Amino acid sequence: MNRIDQTFSRLKQDKRKAFIAYITAGDPDLKTTEQLALALEQSGVDILELGVPFSDPLADGPTIQAASQRALAAGTTLPKVLDLVKKIRRTSNMPLALMMYYNQIHSYGEQKFVKMVADCGVDGLIVPDLPPEEATDLIKYAKAHDVSTVFFMAPTTKPERMTKIARHSTGFIYYVSLTGVTGARQAIPSSVTRKIREAKKITDKPICIGFGISTPEQIRTMKKVADGVIVGSAIINQIVKHAGQSDLVPKVSKFVRTLSRALD
Amino acid sequence: MKYPDKNGHFGEFGGRFLPETLIALHDELEGVFKSALKDPQFKKEFQYYLNEYAGRPTKLYYAERLSQRLKTLKVYLKREDLLHTGAHKINNTLGQILLAKRMGKTRIIAETGAGQHGVATATAAALMGLECVIYMGEEDTRRQSLNVFRMKLLGAQVVPVTSGSRTLKDAMNEAIRDWVTNVDKTFYIIGSVAGAHPYPLIVREFQAVIGREARRQFLKAENKLPNYLIACVGGGSNAMGLFHAFYKDKSVKMIGVEAAGHGLNTVEHSAPLAKGKIGVLHGSKSDLLQTEDGQIQVAHSVAAGLDYPGVGPEHSFYKKSGRAEYVAVEDREAIKGLKLLSETEGIIPALETAHVFAYLPKLARKLKRQQSIIVCLSGRGDKDMEQIKELI
Repeated sequence: MNRIDQTFSRLKQDKRKAFIAYITAGDPDLKTTEQLALALEQSGVDILELGVPFSDPLADGPTIQAASQRALAAGTTLPKVLDLVKKIRRTSNMPLALMMYYNQIHSYGEQKFVKMVADCGVDGLIVPDLPPEEATDLIKYAKAHDVSTVFFMAPTTKPERMTKIARHSTGFIYYVSLTGVTGARQAIPSSVTRKIREAKKITDKPICIGFGISTPEQIRTMKKVADGVIVGSAIINQIVKHAGQSDLVPKVSKFVRTLSRALD
Repeated sequence: MKYPDKNGHFGEFGGRFLPETLIALHDELEGVFKSALKDPQFKKEFQYYLNEYAGRPTKLYYAERLSQRLKTLKVYLKREDLLHTGAHKINNTLGQILLAKRMGKTRIIAETGAGQHGVATATAAALMGLECVIYMGEEDTRRQSLNVFRMKLLGAQVVPVTSGSRTLKDAMNEAIRDWVTNVDKTFYIIGSVAGAHPYPLIVREFQAVIGREARRQFLKAENKLPNYLIACVGGGSNAMGLFHAFYKDKSVKMIGVEAAGHGLNTVEHSAPLAKGKIGVLHGSKSDLLQTEDGQIQVAHSVAAGLDYPGVGPEHSFYKKSGRAEYVAVEDREAIKGLKLLSETEGIIPALETAHVFAYLPKLARKLKRQQSIIVCLSGRGDKDMEQIKELI
């Protein structure tokens, strides 16, 4: 049982839902990401998704694309992100998952990559362009190092495929709320609650919902059906808003607190 | 063994590396494509448009003066440049738009670099009366403004892409983002033997008409098979279109010509087969220009249609298995190739295709006795006149 599994089992006992925050590592710089990560832990974040910036993030909308470009321009690389994870691990036991594209994993070699990230204290991998069919080896290595492999379900996923995804997904299942890319939205399709209930019938694994979620109201709706909510672009918008200011970290933390409280 | 296998792999290459939202669509497309191939009505309709609209079959022309110049090569030109819209791209867009109609899709999207695939897609969409949106890197919309104008005349909306490096790879990212968002009514016409399974297979099958015709025509003219086939390779659809029908003819050697840009020792080239490393981009695994840290590099070529950091997975497979050989030609050599064909045969090739004619003299010098070769003359140079004027 890694930190992600422990967190979900604790939340279940407490009858609570998980608040999962996404930030892009290195945006605006790695030092700020480190401070943010530790501050977010104090702001009700149960699991932190650290985005590894990639040149061609095809599942991401404009907000995370821009964050990735800023992070790359600031010189962020995978080894530097892993150094960051080690630093966070000195003082924090918060579950950490890397959200990244498959090419970087492939370029380091899957086996070597998994060992590297596990040694640094990473608990999970979320790879939006890697469906389970192409992930046989990664799943095998991740299992050996007790690293979760989180797979996605989408509104277009057929029921028989849901079973397969649920079987391969560990840690939790990432339910994509809408057909589209990442990015804060005013409205989430209402059909999503029905679809998550369907998915719940086929698996006991935690299902967390992400893409588009940006307001406490949306979170209050989602918590009725999902085991957790994932917020990314809305947080990054706050980072952009307070960029260059000395109180960026407290300002962003305060915003995150308003979202995580919606789960109380 | 038949390639690709049922999961879309060509050996270790290919596959389906996509966001989950698009998986069901690819499953459906695969089914529709396979049933279409077995449906005589579909084949008849596709052939009708290829022949009556695009102008097939294209000629296999014996290039006598070029052959005399090269001495050891007897050159035949497969005249894809004479097709409607000026390049082989139309073969594929006509096929895919018929698939789109079969799937009941009402909106067509595509990416384009030089604009040739964009024009061919806008053409097919106009022919079928479907809405069409073309994604094109902002950088490329400037380099190829005439093609932007052509696409607009054909009724397409051209969206300049300002993300990333603002070139073809970013246009493809943006097209995929559109697709994920509008998956219900949208069909994405991919222009090369790239993308996730079944796209490399679909594009190969729709372009394979090039090689099937050329094989028949060459046999009729020479009563034997050619010694060589040669074509330029960006994503690699014209090359695969020519090669595929000859796959089992082991005596026929195949050469793909990549763009070496400013030189293979610089970072400014488009030759992933020569200098890349295996990776995953836009849905499939193939050779790829990338950094040590796994970031995709920006490609460079004088020919916008070759300016892509990846290559079709089947080419990586052909290279690894030794079925084809891949070479690379620099920008300045390509210009010489363009002049060579223009002056000897009165045919101005596209800058992409010009890379092949730059390599022919090199090949000719290596040969001791005369060998025959089929060149895929994939496109005409009209689109490049402005650019060539500046380069010469």
